[in-house]
Amino acid sequence: MLRYIYADELETLPRLKAGMFKDRAAQFSQRLGWEVTVDEDGFERDSYDDLNPLYILWERPDGTHGGSLRLLPTTGDTMINDHFTELTEGVKIQSPLIWECTRFCLARGAGANVSSALMLGVLEIGLKSHLDHIVGVFDARMIRVYARVGWGPTVLGTLGTGREAISAGLWPVEQSYRPRLLSKAGISSEVSNHWYGRSFGAIKEQFEAVA
Amino acid sequence: MVTLESFLNRLNQVGTLDDLDTAILSLSDELNVEHVVYHSVNSSGDQYAVTTYEPHWVDHYLGSDYARIDPVVQACLRRFHPVDWKRLDWSGKAARNFMQEAVTAGVGNQGFSIPIRGPSGQFALFTVSSKDTDDTWVKYTEEYTRALILASHYVNQKALEIEKGTDQADIVTLSPRETDALTMLALGYNRAQAADSLSISEHTLRVYIESARFKLAAMNTTHAVARAMNQGLLRV
Repeated sequence: MLRYIYADELETLPRLKAGMFKDRAAQFSQRLGWEVTVDEDGFERDSYDDLNPLYILWERPDGTHGGSLRLLPTTGDTMINDHFTELTEGVKIQSPLIWECTRFCLARGAGANVSSALMLGVLEIGLKSHLDHIVGVFDARMIRVYARVGWGPTVLGTLGTGREAISAGLWPVEQSYRPRLLSKAGISSEVSNHWYGRSFGAIKEQFEAVA
Repeated sequence: MVTLESFLNRLNQVGTLDDLDTAILSLSDELNVEHVVYHSVNSSGDQYAVTTYEPHWVDHYLGSDYARIDPVVQACLRRFHPVDWKRLDWSGKAARNFMQEAVTAGVGNQGFSIPIRGPSGQFALFTVSSKDTDDTWVKYTEEYTRALILASHYVNQKALEIEKGTDQADIVTLSPRETDALTMLALGYNRAQAADSLSISEHTLRVYIESARFKLAAMNTTHAVARAMNQGLLRV
């Protein structure tokens, strides 16, 4: 199940929260060898986790973390504008219609459908929020993973080579990607809408009921 | 497409908070809504609010500390996605009573709120409300959401600029690539040709234009090019 959760609500889901930060440590510190901070709980956290980002998480049937990513608006502080403008030809990408996606992470053993489900979540919130684009910073080895989910990024730039390579990419938020992401994730449109409504509230006609 | 051109031109002339109040208050007509509210909290906790709500409702709201139970405030505080009031939970007794009072005070039965996250922890909330029927409101939000998002952020940029003081007012600066992108469009190139000339993809070009548009507080690309020209930022 997809869950959309702001950082200040993560406490209500302690198991998912711990799973996400630990799986991030496994992916970014151990597997990819990034210089990230892992605390005494084994959590990989950075300063952007303190800005109350919106996380999209995949919860497995047994309640554990299957994968996740992190969204922040580019009108506030973002990783790409603070550290990686070399990847964007010096352009600070700032717009209320563009959000940043970082820390795309998969739990060990998570299938390709989980990647697609997470990116479906990004497209769903992007469409509902009338965004134009998502911009992201990621390990260059992820380009192949993203290409397979059904919604690949346009690569804006890459720095470094091999294991060190970091890329910035751009995803256009367009309805036309939705059917493919739904099908690759193995999720129906109705179920995806239902999950969105669970997190953000479903459209209700309650004002008439009280007025 | 909703362009709000006359509002943006007025906003561009704004130099003081009084001017900004007047510009915001004029928005309800241009946006075809019953009411607008802009409320900003800066990093030192200073607040600034402008609203077309009836003064007695504002006094009652503040006097009763309704921010504690207002589902809109609860849903938007520290968030950043736009919220249709219909998605919120009004089922509790306190929220139901509050809504009933708000409707009686003329707020309207529909609303849409846009949380704004600015630099260094600055936060603002922009709200429009209406007495539309459900069907009309669905159509309205489909048509206006994008314009609402842009207008609310431009109001916020202006408020931040005024807060900084006139002698430190930000002069718009574009990065060389943003200038390149707008210059190509000003020269009459279409997007594909412009992207080709700059050896970038069309999507990259779109993002550079989008980023420049926000800095120029423009509603669309044509408007952004015109503004950049007027401010002498393009070499054409």
